[in-house]
Amino acid sequence: MSAPAGLWTVTRAVARRNLGSYLRRPELLLPSLLFPLVFFASFAGGLSALGHLPAFHYAPGYTTFQYGFILCQTALFSGLFTAFSLAYDLETGFARRLFLASANRTGIPLGYAAVAVARAILAIAVVTAVALAVGMRVEGTPGQLVLLCVLGLLLVLIGYGWAAGIALRFRTVQAGPAMQTPVFLAVFLAPAYVPLQLLRGWIHSVANFNPVTYYLEATRGLLSGHPEELLAALLLAAALAAAFWGWTQFNLKAAEAAG
Amino acid sequence: MLTIALRAFLKTVRQPFQLFPLIFFPAILLAINASGLTAATELRGFPTHSYLTFAIAVAYVQGALFALVNAGTNLAEDIESGFFTRLALTPLSRAALLGGLLIGIAAVGVLQSLVYLLIGAVAGAHLHGGLPGAFLLLGLGAFASAGFGAGGIAAALLLRSGEAVQGLFPLFFVLLILSSANLPRNLLHGWFHTVATYNPFSYLIEGFRAVYLSGFPAGPLLGAVAVIAGTWLLFGSAAVALLWRSLRPG
Repeated sequence: MSAPAGLWTVTRAVARRNLGSYLRRPELLLPSLLFPLVFFASFAGGLSALGHLPAFHYAPGYTTFQYGFILCQTALFSGLFTAFSLAYDLETGFARRLFLASANRTGIPLGYAAVAVARAILAIAVVTAVALAVGMRVEGTPGQLVLLCVLGLLLVLIGYGWAAGIALRFRTVQAGPAMQTPVFLAVFLAPAYVPLQLLRGWIHSVANFNPVTYYLEATRGLLSGHPEELLAALLLAAALAAAFWGWTQFNLKAAEAAG
Repeated sequence: MLTIALRAFLKTVRQPFQLFPLIFFPAILLAINASGLTAATELRGFPTHSYLTFAIAVAYVQGALFALVNAGTNLAEDIESGFFTRLALTPLSRAALLGGLLIGIAAVGVLQSLVYLLIGAVAGAHLHGGLPGAFLLLGLGAFASAGFGAGGIAAALLLRSGEAVQGLFPLFFVLLILSSANLPRNLLHGWFHTVATYNPFSYLIEGFRAVYLSGFPAGPLLGAVAVIAGTWLLFGSAAVALLWRSLRPG
């Protein structure tokens, strides 16, 4: 069996097993579908008055503005929460058995990454259907929406790569706060509720240097048909996804060494 | 009873994993929201020019919610480890056991409310109620924590698993965010306004908020007291019934 063939076999097997487990277990499936909806309802519904601010200029409206945020958040967190499954499997010893049985161990984190993408697609499909049902306006062209999907995919890989690296390093779900907190902070220290120009004080300075700001601006731009910071966002996302994949690989070696 | 209370208090404050969400999580959320939503103060009808002053009330309510999780998790741990069964064999009365647990939770409520008071003062939140208002916030924080803590105790006695008790937090957190936590009800529209109006968390938050915004207005304070009394009645009676059932001889 050649190395790439072994890689894909392992990836497919890990992905199939974990996707099946995700779809069969309501305690995993339901929160991942409901939480984006709750956040969308809470922000798009509860903060809709912010769309009436004189300095708020986003043509498709506040619902679309918040959908852009939920899209990025869901993509990042789908990756992140899939890494929790990896941490759990490492803690319980299941992943150790996988290590022993796998022809190519890189396929293990890659299989979980495929599950992360599938989880994100499902969660985003549900929240998109609800957003369209409540009147979200999308003014981007089909080409722009394809770019939006590419950006979303990269965000899933960023969230996953970061958290999978931590999971492989510590091999316990107790490391959950270390996986979650930086992503949570990065997401909310960006223009989550209002555009960047309406942020005041220290959060404006932080948001200026926060990569998530670029992703949000690009996402909202693509939804409105007027992409902003698109190239920067895509390049930054690709670079971070690649860097975090390197981080995952680095920690995979640590996990292998630990047995 | 005081020994039980002291144990319940120390069990929470000695554990960084319990203390962090209790104190720092609401503080971090407050810092993020107070900065990210400052622009909301420019809306016509917003009650203050300081979003921090408006939003700090949410921290007190979040703290009370964490009391539910922590109290429930601690008791579930005691049940799982067998400590609770050994306690049941002692001459300690059920009333003293429940009272001790609730006093311990209320003491944690006072501590966390004191931290939020200090954070607010340092960050520049204006407490209109002054020193008497500060004492009122401590009292409300203590009673709200004990009320929700009774819910945690009931959940632990019913579910007998710390993990299951922790699963209740998202449920209450959803109720918290579907309330007037981020904007006043006069600025909420459509279905969200309806949900927030029927959501008891809106009234609890508005009670704490009123002490900051205007001192001692009867309406919002009575609303908050009614919600706290409701938690005592609902969760307290559930805790009593389940405790009596759990400690039934034989």
